[in-house]
Amino acid sequence: MNSGGNGGGNPSRPGGVRSQSDVDRMRGRRARLALGLLFGCLGVLVAAFLRLQVAGQAEYTLQSTQNRLRAISMPPPRGSIYDRRGRLLAENVPGYSLSLLPGSPDSARATLDRLAPWLGLTANERDDLYQRFRQRPGSALLVRDDMEPAIVAAIEERRPEFRMVLIDTHPRRRYPAGTAIAHVIGYVSEISESELEIPDFESYEAGRTIGKKGIEREYELSLGGTPGVRFVEVNARGSIVGEFGPRPSVPAVPGEDLTLGLDLELHLLADSIFPDTMKGGVVALDPQTGEVLLLYSHPTFDPNLFVGGISFPEWASLRDDPMQPLLNRALSALYPPGSTWKPVLASLALRDGVAGIKDYMPSACHGSLQYGNRTFHCWKHSGHGRLDMSGAIKESCNVFFYQLGQRIGLDGLLSGVSGLGFNGRTGIDIPGETGGRYPPNRGWYDERFGPRGWTESVTLNLSIGQGETEQSLLRMAQFYAAVATGQPPIIPHLRRSEVMEARRVDWRLDLPEERRQELIAALARVVNEPGGTAYSVRLADWTLAGKTGTAQNPHGEAHSWFVGFAPAENPRIVIAAIVENGHPDNTRSLAVPLASRLAHRFLTDEGIPPSPPREPAAASAVSGASP
Amino acid sequence: MGDPRFVFAALALSVFGIAMIYSAGLTDIPTPVSNAWKRQSVWLMVSIVAFAVASRVPLRWLEWLTPWIYGLALALLFAVLVVGSGPGTRSWLKFAGFSFQPAELAKLATILMLAMTLSGREEPETRLLRLWRPLLITFAPFVLVLAQPDLGSAVTFGVILICALFWAGIPLFTIFMLVSPGVSLLLGWSATVWGAWFVLVILLLYFHRPYMLEAVAVAVGNLAAGALATPLWNSLAPYQQNRLLVFLNPGIDPRGAGWHLIQSRVAIGSGGWLGQGFGDGPQKRLSFLPEQHTDFIFSVIGEELGFVGVLVVLAAFGWLLHRVVRIAVGSSQNFGSILTFSLFGAWFAHLVINIGMTVGLMPVTGLPLPFLSYGGTFLLMTFIGVALISRTALES
Repeated sequence: MNSGGNGGGNPSRPGGVRSQSDVDRMRGRRARLALGLLFGCLGVLVAAFLRLQVAGQAEYTLQSTQNRLRAISMPPPRGSIYDRRGRLLAENVPGYSLSLLPGSPDSARATLDRLAPWLGLTANERDDLYQRFRQRPGSALLVRDDMEPAIVAAIEERRPEFRMVLIDTHPRRRYPAGTAIAHVIGYVSEISESELEIPDFESYEAGRTIGKKGIEREYELSLGGTPGVRFVEVNARGSIVGEFGPRPSVPAVPGEDLTLGLDLELHLLADSIFPDTMKGGVVALDPQTGEVLLLYSHPTFDPNLFVGGISFPEWASLRDDPMQPLLNRALSALYPPGSTWKPVLASLALRDGVAGIKDYMPSACHGSLQYGNRTFHCWKHSGHGRLDMSGAIKESCNVFFYQLGQRIGLDGLLSGVSGLGFNGRTGIDIPGETGGRYPPNRGWYDERFGPRGWTESVTLNLSIGQGETEQSLLRMAQFYAAVATGQPPIIPHLRRSEVMEARRVDWRLDLPEERRQELIAALARVVNEPGGTAYSVRLADWTLAGKTGTAQNPHGEAHSWFVGFAPAENPRIVIAAIVENGHPDNTRSLAVPLASRLAHRFLTDEGIPPSPPREPAAASAVSGASP
Repeated sequence: MGDPRFVFAALALSVFGIAMIYSAGLTDIPTPVSNAWKRQSVWLMVSIVAFAVASRVPLRWLEWLTPWIYGLALALLFAVLVVGSGPGTRSWLKFAGFSFQPAELAKLATILMLAMTLSGREEPETRLLRLWRPLLITFAPFVLVLAQPDLGSAVTFGVILICALFWAGIPLFTIFMLVSPGVSLLLGWSATVWGAWFVLVILLLYFHRPYMLEAVAVAVGNLAAGALATPLWNSLAPYQQNRLLVFLNPGIDPRGAGWHLIQSRVAIGSGGWLGQGFGDGPQKRLSFLPEQHTDFIFSVIGEELGFVGVLVVLAAFGWLLHRVVRIAVGSSQNFGSILTFSLFGAWFAHLVINIGMTVGLMPVTGLPLPFLSYGGTFLLMTFIGVALISRTALES
């Protein structure tokens, strides 16, 4: 068989000529083959398109959308923060950022040169920006994030010179009172990676502004609001082309405004009168409502520096400053209470009937007390002589209280005081509180020093607020509030009372009313009677009652304390102040005038009717009640 | 005019092509493509003029001119290797502000030359080895085009040769023997698959019993091709290898070589039944679809005109190509007939490879779509082809 198939014409004539009809027939057959192949291939193509466009339409339409759809977060306006009188503590102002639009490198170069004097760009910075501009030809280049409005205005006036420049606004946090409220307000900045992990901030995305400290952080979820979403279309290079029609933007939900119980005037005053070179803090509470009126720490810093990101040199100088301006001494620092502790002892004694307000102790004060083979000193080396409890409070006699403490007994001291909440935090609504420390029982001493490493002599130090007790300003203020009102105090809170559920502490002072008045009268004598340790700062219009304190500290001069309240008969403010090493010349006690002035200011601003202190009656007639 | 409906269809498709090229230029950021439709319109005018001239040339004069045309084509192919320019390849000749692709002329010239050679009234060759002349005629430009390198166009020459031989009446088995080493080369990547193929070849050789020398040549050719497969693969540039690999699985390199195919599918698939609307295709508009005016013009059609649009265009092509076959069958002029059928083959190959590429049935090769893809030289040569087919129809 020759090479057949449906081949050429007549096999019996190789090399010959074929006829046209043979050719036509061959071509006819082959044409059918060719057309069959043609329509076969077209059929396959149609099937392929069917699969893509009919069966796959949903899937590919989705991919097409995903290719070009981007969701852009629109930052929500942050809630503003106000003080008790509606004055602004934190607000949003427009922040300006300047970018270079995509364009020709030559125009970019020229624009940068023209911008240089306005933005203060060095030649190096200009070169760096130019290089970055050239590396990303399709994108805008952010030149500066935080422009002064004056410069923005100047550039806008010269628009024709700056065609390639885009000025964009975004909200920026501002604290008008700055340093006066830094520690309590906190500040905001960009969310960090570790913060993104926190479950509360699950819905937060990178780039979001978040409160870092203070009230800004505590109430972040209500201040922060919810970002809106803008759906934009991007092209293959990722440049935004326009809004994405089918999906309208979701508007941002603004954050809620917040009103605090703080008094901005008090903060400003505290900031101006706190001794510049000293460290310390002041806390003030409204004992009726539990609102915090003042939470001030010194030295302080400007929270506005942190908004938008603090520069490294500024951060380093704050961090490395030996005065530690970033430490919130009103909240996160503990100090031995010193003599401000004596009313705590007095309360225990009065409550449990261990001693009365007019009772004397066995030994009079001659400047020291012998205990075993140790000598415990009183601050007045010449001694106070014979004093009853009221007088011992007024003149702050250590010797009296050493004996009182012994009379109560170490166990009584440990369990009694622990039952008054002095071991732990108050629960104030601001992060960073450090809870006070107080030995709860003997076992604590055993663990610390070993069973034979300590003796009952610790009682004496505990009695005068030294030794193994450290408390915060806040906690001391809270105790004095309990004495001042006779009620279990409300847990201190910065937010205004109207919107907060007031919660009382779970401990009870349980002082019978008569005893409490006796104690208050004694505290009033401290300030308003000559010879009282705080007599120099008595107020003319109200009865300020309280206790001074001198807390010895191993690192230097004693700390200066004052905790008190006013007016004594119907307290509206409880104030606790401390100045570290605040006993210059060993005579002045810097915390005391501080507290007094602040209390005076508050009562004046609140319009509390004056109720001048009564002339001190005969030393033994104490009646706290006033008309 | 030989077959007015055929010419009208060609013209209609070209105008439609200009409309689609215009749409392809509607991107959000203007690029040179935005004005491509204007240039294509100019080329269409030129092509129409060329059509008018070429369709007046009697086939006999053409047959006489053929060797000169062929010679010119080869000369230009040599020239482009020396002074040519182009992105990554040397396929363009530029003079007086115009760009010209000699490979396109060479395709036409080869068709003419083959038609001339095979159009005698003799019995068609049955012996493989006696086909050396058509082989050589095809091989010369094939090699020169391959050297540019332009793999896609080179493949077209093979198709042209097969079509010419097919229409000249060469026995199918002879053609099979001729083609078999090529298939061996493609299957050489797997020893088992190639082995099966080789067995098939041997079996067919046994049943058809060609001359010994031929059988040996075919067997050896297959063996050699199979052996050459791997070294040839290794000699390919990475981008060429990538193209073939992503054809099998575009997911391998979604941002690089696979990008074209993935984007093309997304564009086409999202067109649905009726498309996104002329000019509105988002994938094209936002520059996700690359080469949207040349290689992937059909993807734009798919995205904007939907399945219905695709069907209509495919039907138009189907009708046009079937007319060409009819004309080839109906012509008693051998030269014209073979010439016409070879053109059918070339256009068919371009069509299938280009559209197949847009849906992922073919690897990305850069072959343009007749009448629709942007490309001046290609449009011109296609319309000269239209003229020659029209002339053939006239002279039947």
